[in-house]
Amino acid sequence: MKSYTKPITFFLAIVAPLLIVTLVLREPEPDHELLNALRAKYAVKRKPGVDHSKFEILQKNFTNPHEITAACLSCHTERGEELMNSAHFTWEREAFIPGRGVTYLGKKNLVNNFCTGVQSNEGSCMKCHAGYGWNDKSFDFSNPYNIDCVVCHDNTGTYEKASGAAGYPKMGPEGPDFKAIVASVGQPKSAGCGTCHFGGGGGNNVKHGDLELGLLTGGRDVDVHMAVDGLNMNCVDCHTAENHKMKGRYYAVSSSNTQRLNCEDCHTETPHQQNILNEHSIKVACQTCHIPVYAKVNATKMYWDWATATRKKDGKEFEVLDEDGNIVYTSIKGDFVWDKMVKPEYLWFNGTADHHLLTDKVDTSQNILKINTLFGEYRDRDSKIIPVKVHRGRQPYDAENLTIIQAKLWDKDKGKGALWLDLDWERSIEEGMAYIPLPYSGKHSFIKTEMFMPVNHMVSPAAEAVTCKECHTRDNGRLAGLTDFYMPGRDRNRTLDLAGQLLLILSFLGIVVHSAIRALSSRKHNTIQSH
Amino acid sequence: MSKNNRVYVYKGFERFWHWNQALLIFVLAFTGFEIHSSYDFFGFETAVKIHNYAAWGFIILIVFAIFWHVTTGEWKQYIPTTKNLKAQAEFYLFGIFRNAPHPTKKTLISKLNPLQRLVYLGLKVLFIPIMVVSGLLFMFYRYPQGDSIAIINIDNLEIIALVHTAGAFVLLAFVLVHLYLITTGHTITSNLKAMITGWEDLEEEDQKDQDQPIGKPENEHDENPKI
Ligand code: HEM
Repeated sequence: MKSYTKPITFFLAIVAPLLIVTLVLREPEPDHELLNALRAKYAVKRKPGVDHSKFEILQKNFTNPHEITAACLSCHTERGEELMNSAHFTWEREAFIPGRGVTYLGKKNLVNNFCTGVQSNEGSCMKCHAGYGWNDKSFDFSNPYNIDCVVCHDNTGTYEKASGAAGYPKMGPEGPDFKAIVASVGQPKSAGCGTCHFGGGGGNNVKHGDLELGLLTGGRDVDVHMAVDGLNMNCVDCHTAENHKMKGRYYAVSSSNTQRLNCEDCHTETPHQQNILNEHSIKVACQTCHIPVYAKVNATKMYWDWATATRKKDGKEFEVLDEDGNIVYTSIKGDFVWDKMVKPEYLWFNGTADHHLLTDKVDTSQNILKINTLFGEYRDRDSKIIPVKVHRGRQPYDAENLTIIQAKLWDKDKGKGALWLDLDWERSIEEGMAYIPLPYSGKHSFIKTEMFMPVNHMVSPAAEAVTCKECHTRDNGRLAGLTDFYMPGRDRNRTLDLAGQLLLILSFLGIVVHSAIRALSSRKHNTIQSH
Repeated sequence: MSKNNRVYVYKGFERFWHWNQALLIFVLAFTGFEIHSSYDFFGFETAVKIHNYAAWGFIILIVFAIFWHVTTGEWKQYIPTTKNLKAQAEFYLFGIFRNAPHPTKKTLISKLNPLQRLVYLGLKVLFIPIMVVSGLLFMFYRYPQGDSIAIINIDNLEIIALVHTAGAFVLLAFVLVHLYLITTGHTITSNLKAMITGWEDLEEEDQKDQDQPIGKPENEHDENPKI
């Protein structure tokens, strides 16, 4: 018997650890069941059920875009009401914000960290309003014929609103071909959404960093969903709408945790093979690992310093370009810093946000004014870590009233106080504040500002996702800024580590000393014996 | 000196258990401290994987070891005793340098000297359970919203991690010292050989020893006060 137990034990002792090692190194078979189902679903491109070119009412030669809207609403009778209640038209949302109560905030009345705000600049900004004629406060939000249907539903890609025309397209022979556009209408196309959503802030990718023309032509490396060599999905495939209310939130203007669009809606909360990754999703948003960088194709603006605007060279306004052709200084706007392939910063976020309102006091004891605040922390059950683009800059504020300032930037004509035409800060501030109307002390200064924009697009292929070590590392990891929780690999207790190291060193020294004495004394014994 | 006798001290399972435990603790410590960011070797991800698999291996081994200890009565080897404790400490501190004999006779029924009894008992009932429990909490704790195991919804990993890390340092220190003490047997390698082959040359035992219940410490020190 004994002769058997020996080899068996030996075999087990060797084989058991080997088994463990092979188990460890074995990669689980990837299971693409869910992904394949999604692929199959979105591979089928939606075919419209009607051909609008066949409708008699659309055969007219439209001379004025309100007529188009009237024609649309004559069949789609309730859609006007829907749209007039949607943020694309109202530019504000009803939301409860702790400490403020029920608020009506949005692009209509908020300040952002780019062109600051629309008030007193409507003629120009409303190029991106889904309506016609929002020139000033007198705009009629209750007239359904003020809705611009085709700006979203045009499928020819030729409809274009004119610059400085408060949302109207050019008209007459120079204007778009209304008849062809009306005949083409259907679900919005990504390029159409992009006209406003890629171009916000005054140019492609200026604002978001993850929303830009590159999405329309990029491959899987740019965005796995919209990849031309992939599923080539449209914006509205994910941003579905019910009664013209789209899913998806942008927290520079939104405040509440509703109507959000989440990766999990399609991918479920446990999309990974490895449990340990699924567990991360309790505290970490999908985007955090799966969008390792944004601004993958074109640069995005990271910094905008209004304080340096209005400088002149030889009495004239001027521009400075960098080697990529991005404007890094312009007299009308100040200094810019651009960046490409940007690593996001990270924040806890629970889906609610607050905004610095024009009526709020600026706390000058804080070095930096937060244009918006994303709420969240580790202990909050609804919070997850999300990637954000933080856009920094300097903006004018009223040095006595301590409020942020809305300057008048644009006008059709010179001499009316528009900063971009007259390059006069004082006058543009007076005009802007008087328009709202809000008091202005006559003294302005500049304050550092930050705006936080969640990054949700430009999802990379799984193989390029952020690796464990990029966060679970002692120094300068991606999450180095989030210090309100313990993360293995990053955190430690210094005292405990020191004590532990001391224990090991002392043990080692003890061994060295003990063995040295043993060696010495045994030699002594040996010599005694040999005598 | 009494006559030497070759005795089969460590049974097959005992050796299997001992060496696997040694290997697993080594692997756990090595990968654990990589997870702790003390160095880079496998890479964090692989280190976590290995650590998790090795942890399960360790737990399975412990279950078998407990079964073995209970069924064979070998657990009695670990009943602490103060008898000879001081003598044993003095041996390691002084006697060993003078080639003094081991104060405690190693016999089949009492393989461990009083210091070993104390230290191994501490490992078995304190440090290894601490590592297993804190390690399992590490694996299975859920943030409050995870609620699959509501009872261990813990808000913060920190306490678990600190206990686990502290235990890891202690275990590591034990391993270090243990490795050295292997060399303090009758000859430098006799302990090692015994744990590999199972056989060791022990001093001749009286017949009465064989009848003694397992774990009862043998004490010949009183009879041979010759240090
Ligand atoms: C059954 C026993 C054990 C279990 C279940 C276990 C489990 C774990 C787990 C789940 C982690 C966290 C890994 C992660 O971040 O994902 C961990 C970390 C660690 N383990 Fe273990 N482990 C065990 C035994 C050991 C042993 C024996 C040692 C060392 C001798 C050890 C040393 C460490 C260390 C140093 C860390 C890093 C702690 C930190 O920095 O936060 N573990 N262990």
